[in-house]
Amino acid sequence: MTPGMSTALDRLPDVGGPAQPMLLVQGLQKHFGKPKGLFRKAGPVVRAVDGVDFALRKGETLGIVGESGCGKSTTSRLIMSLISPTAGEVIFDGQLVGSSEMPLREYRRQVQMVFQDSFASLNPRLTIGESIGFAPRVHGLAMEATRSRVRDLLDAVGLAPDQFYNRYPHELSGGQRQRVNIARALALRPRLIILDEPVSALDKSVEAQVLNLLVDVKAQFDLSYLFISHDLNVVQFIADRVLVMYLGEVVEIGPVESIYDNPAHPYTAALLASRPSMNPDLRRTEPPLMGDPPNPVNPPPGCRFHPRCAKAESVCSSVRPKLAPVADGHDAACLIALPGSGHSLAGSLAA
Amino acid sequence: MSDALVKVRNLQVKFVTRDRTVHAVNGVDFDLANGEVLCILGESGSGKSVTLRALMRLNPDSRTVMSGTVEVGGHDIVAIGEKRMAGIRGRVVSMIFQEPMTALDPVFTIGQQISETVIRHEGISASAAHKRALDLLDLVQIPSAERRLAAYPHELSGGLRQRAMIAIALSCRPKLLLADEPTTALDATVQIQILLLLRRLQQEMGMGVIFVTHDLGVAGEIADRIAVMYGGRFVEEGSVRDVMRTGLHPYTQGLLGATVHEGMRGHRLTTIRGAPPNLERVPEGCAFAPRCDVAEDACLTAVPELRGEPGHRARCVRLPA
Repeated sequence: MTPGMSTALDRLPDVGGPAQPMLLVQGLQKHFGKPKGLFRKAGPVVRAVDGVDFALRKGETLGIVGESGCGKSTTSRLIMSLISPTAGEVIFDGQLVGSSEMPLREYRRQVQMVFQDSFASLNPRLTIGESIGFAPRVHGLAMEATRSRVRDLLDAVGLAPDQFYNRYPHELSGGQRQRVNIARALALRPRLIILDEPVSALDKSVEAQVLNLLVDVKAQFDLSYLFISHDLNVVQFIADRVLVMYLGEVVEIGPVESIYDNPAHPYTAALLASRPSMNPDLRRTEPPLMGDPPNPVNPPPGCRFHPRCAKAESVCSSVRPKLAPVADGHDAACLIALPGSGHSLAGSLAA
Repeated sequence: MSDALVKVRNLQVKFVTRDRTVHAVNGVDFDLANGEVLCILGESGSGKSVTLRALMRLNPDSRTVMSGTVEVGGHDIVAIGEKRMAGIRGRVVSMIFQEPMTALDPVFTIGQQISETVIRHEGISASAAHKRALDLLDLVQIPSAERRLAAYPHELSGGLRQRAMIAIALSCRPKLLLADEPTTALDATVQIQILLLLRRLQQEMGMGVIFVTHDLGVAGEIADRIAVMYGGRFVEEGSVRDVMRTGLHPYTQGLLGATVHEGMRGHRLTTIRGAPPNLERVPEGCAFAPRCDVAEDACLTAVPELRGEPGHRARCVRLPA
C-alpha cells in the first residue's frame, strides 16, 4: 500500500479553498485522424473538441448541452483522462491532472463518471455488490469495511441491500441499473461526478426518479456535477450554469436562468426554440433551424455556425468570434456580442 | 363510425414461444377517421409498437397470436392472405421507423428503393418511377434531389435519412401512415423539422396518421387525439388538449408530473414508484394498481371500463360511471 494512503478511504480534503475552481479546463483540443504515414496520405482530421475553456466551481452543477457531434462526450472523456488530448490541460482543485501533484490514480478517486448505457457500463459477470465494491478494494479498503460501505451506498441510492447485493446486472431494470452506477461512482467518496447523458435511455417516469436521486445524492455527499445532456429541459432542471457547445467549441456559457431567458448566441436561441412546446395551442409553425448539424471534419471558417445562422453577415465567415461578456457571468461567442467586431448589430448585446 | 379509416375492436396480441407467452396487447379498441392524427403515448413495454405493427401485420408470423378485429381502409387485416396483405402494405398503409439506418437497405441507393416501391404497386416504367422519386424528394424537402437519389443511406445525415424514409413511405400515397417514434433518435433542431414536415404532409395529403411516442412534448406538437397505453390497454383517450391539460387516469397524471419541463427547477419531480408490469400474465384488474397511490380493492377485481365523457375517457374506477 502507498504510504500515507488512508485505509478508511475517506474523501480527500479540499486543497485550494472555496475560490479555487473544482475543475479548470484550458485550451482543450482533441483531433481524431490518421497522421501521414510512410505510404499513406494524412487522413481527414475530425476536430471533435477544438479549444474549450471553462471552469467548474465547487459545489455547482454545470450542464453541457449540444447536438450529436458537438464534442460534449469527447470533452467528458478528455476530462476523465480516458483519452489523451491533442492540446490543453485539465486542472483539478489547483493541481494539474497527470502531474506529480495529482497523479491519475488519485485524480480518479476524486472524479467519477456515470454513463448513458447502464448495462454496458456494468460487468455482467460481477454481482452488484462486487461491482460497487471493486474500486474500494483496489484502493486498499478491507473486505469487511468494503461490504458495509456497499450496503450503505445501496441504501443511499434507494436499493434494498439485502435484495440487490447478490444480484447480477441483467436481473435489474434500466432505472435500477443506473442507480447501481451512481452508487459505484460514489464508492470512492469522489468530489466531482461527470454524468454523461445519465437519464437519456430511461422512461420518463424512471427519469424523474433518477433526477430526484441525483439531487439528493449531491446534497448528501457534498458533490459537484458536470452534467452532459442533449435534453434542454433536464439541464434546466438540474444545472446551475450551462455551457452550450457547437462543433467542438463553446458558443455560450452562463447561469441557467440568464441563458434560458435571454440566450445571446443565435444557436442557443434556436436550440431552445426547437423544444416541443408542451402546449397544443402554442405549436411551432417554422423550424428554428434548417439542415443537420454539420460534420466536424471540415468546420466552416470564421464562426462555425454562420452557414445556418439567420443573422450571419459577411464578416462572420472570416472572423472567429471569441467569448465576450453579455451579462453578469454570461458569455457568448458571437460577433454580435462583441463591440466593434464589424457586424452591423455588434455591441447591441454587450453587458 | 362506418366511414372510419381504421377500426380496431378487442385487439389482442400474444407472443408465444416454447418457454413463455407474453401478452403484449390485451384488448384495444379505437377508430381513426380519415385525416386524423392519433398519438399512442406509452413507455417501453406498454404495447404501443406492437399495436402499431399489428395494423400492418408486421409482428413475426410464427410466434404471434392475434385476435380481434382490425380493419384498415375496409380490408380485414387479421384474416387476409399474405399475398393480398403485401399489396396493401405501402399502398393503403405504410410505416416509418425510429432508426432509418436499419429500416433502409444499405446496398441500394435511395432512388432505387423509392422506385422499387412505386414499380411494384403501380407497375409504371422505370423512367416514370425515377421522376416520381425526384418529386418525392422535393416533397420531403431534400435539397439537391437528383444527387441524393444516387446516394446510399450511409452517405446521408440522420435528418436526411429520416426524410428519405418518409419519401419511401409516402411514395404510393397511402391513406394511413404509421409512425413508430420517428423523431426519437434525432437531434432537437432536426426533430422539430421532421415533426413540422410530417404535419404539413399529413394536411396536404389528408392522410390518417398513427404516431407512437413516449414523449409528451412530441405528442403535443403533432396529435389531434392522444391514447395513453399501459399494460397492453388504452387507459385514457381524448383530444390532445384534454389529455395534456386534465389527464384523468392516475398514470397519465403521473407521466405529466414526471416529464421535466420549464418552471420545475428547484421543485421535486413527481415520480411513479415501481416499474411497469410483467406481461407474461394478463393483469387481472387495473394493470396500474400496484403503482397507483389511490388504488382501492375495486381496482384489483376487474379491468375498469372506459368512463368519462364520450370524447375523453379513462379506465379508472374512481371516475363517475
